[in-house]
Amino acid sequence: MIGRARFAFTMLGFGYAFLYLPLVLVMFYSFNESRLVTVWGGFSTKWWSTLFANEAMLSAAWLSLRIAAVSATLAAIIGLAAGYALARARAFPGRSLFGSLVIAPMVMPEVVMGISMLLLFVGAERLFGGPDRGFLTITLAHVTFSISFVAIVVQARLADFDRSLEEAAMDLGATPWVTFLTVTLPLIAPAVGSGWLLAFTLSLDDLILTQFVAGAQSQTLPMRVYSSVRLGVDPQINVLATVVVMVAACALILSGWLTRRKA
Amino acid sequence: MKAVIALPFLWLGVFFLLPFALVLAIALGINAPDSVPPVELGFSLKNFVLLFTDDLYLAAWLTSLRIAATSTAVTLLLGYPMAYAIARAAPECRPLLLMLVVLPFWTSFLIRVYAWMGLLDENGLLNQFLRWSGIAADPAPILGTEWAILLGIVYAYLPFMVLPLYATLEKLDAGLLEAAADLGARPITAFLTITLPLSLPGIVAGCLLVFIPAVGEFVIPDLLGGTETLMIGKVLWDEFFTNADWPLASAIAICLLVLLVGPIALFQRQQARSLERRS
Repeated sequence: MIGRARFAFTMLGFGYAFLYLPLVLVMFYSFNESRLVTVWGGFSTKWWSTLFANEAMLSAAWLSLRIAAVSATLAAIIGLAAGYALARARAFPGRSLFGSLVIAPMVMPEVVMGISMLLLFVGAERLFGGPDRGFLTITLAHVTFSISFVAIVVQARLADFDRSLEEAAMDLGATPWVTFLTVTLPLIAPAVGSGWLLAFTLSLDDLILTQFVAGAQSQTLPMRVYSSVRLGVDPQINVLATVVVMVAACALILSGWLTRRKA
Repeated sequence: MKAVIALPFLWLGVFFLLPFALVLAIALGINAPDSVPPVELGFSLKNFVLLFTDDLYLAAWLTSLRIAATSTAVTLLLGYPMAYAIARAAPECRPLLLMLVVLPFWTSFLIRVYAWMGLLDENGLLNQFLRWSGIAADPAPILGTEWAILLGIVYAYLPFMVLPLYATLEKLDAGLLEAAADLGARPITAFLTITLPLSLPGIVAGCLLVFIPAVGEFVIPDLLGGTETLMIGKVLWDEFFTNADWPLASAIAICLLVLLVGPIALFQRQQARSLERRS
């Protein structure tokens, strides 16, 4: 028993080293004087100022943030409906198709979704003359793959849910809609919130789907990063990586602290 | 309730299901480089025949399946002890340990793959270390090989393996193991007859969450792999963006979908069952 646990904890330590060593090195080299990311040329913050003066990178980041906020909000609403339907509507025509539709985008290879959504938008353009490819099409695509993630989180929360509270509200004369707004929604709000955050992060990070549906004018942050790293390592990307890891760490610590305080 | 079902149903029907019909229609068409979009509709199986007779595409299919299967196995071997250790840790430590697994997932996929580029390069940090420590005087570059792709997939998808495994291992009733020990079972016997079978749903879910996206992976083979390792997701991308051959790219997408329909259905059944058990 002890031997096995020791082996497992050794592997855990090894796993953490594996997960974090590359990230730590990338962050470390963002303070490198040299242009070469693999040769230490002394401490410098020059790549930090280069990145934050990089207009193209900044406007791409702004576009990505706007798309992420809009698509996460839409995905949270539709995903909430989908999760609620899956958890509460036991039987309706097409339920198994519905269940498959909700889960499939989660695991569907992104290149497949990318090409299929592009063909949809091209078809719509031929039939209706729009939408123009850019902000709108990227947002629609991101909503579509994010719905699943919100739905799963909401459905899981509703599965653990004490239904007697809802029944009590209904017995006291509340309509289903009022019951949902005053009892159910406040109780599952944390799940919807973390679903929103998940959708926001996924949208901010998506490259493949975006590249297919973006059209010629729009460039999101991952598209910029990709076209830069294809040519090799770039110290500005190290700076960006440092910022991203820091923001993610702060967000996680904050959310962990908030949930613990509530509990 | 009707509206609650209709909204996501319609959305996914229009933006997820309907497009596959379009992909199939285009896959049956012919490449027409001079028109916009570069497709001539028709009913030709030429693209599908090409995919299964041309050596290049056949090699890409086999390589993708081999790399996805190998990296799934490696991820499981690394992820299982990690999930096991977290599930056995003191309850107050678990949220922190779990958070450390999840954190990389909340950063950027692209950046995590990029992190390996500087490590695996010919003059990268890994080779500098190998030279400095005297392990290898003239180490070969790893970037651009199949090893780099494997490493990248294991690295990028490890959290997806650990989380479902932890979810099943955490619920495991410790009393069962105690009972087995009291009855004289050796730890290894108890593990093989109790822990392993009971964590099977987590193993299946974790493996599918790694295997399915890995088969169609694009970013990792593109940034870490070389020109000689062809994976099907990258082939689709190149056919579409470089060669502008929409029908052939669509045919690849259809085949990939057919290939993965089994694993995806299995994953859905697993998800539905685990949620029903909870409610």
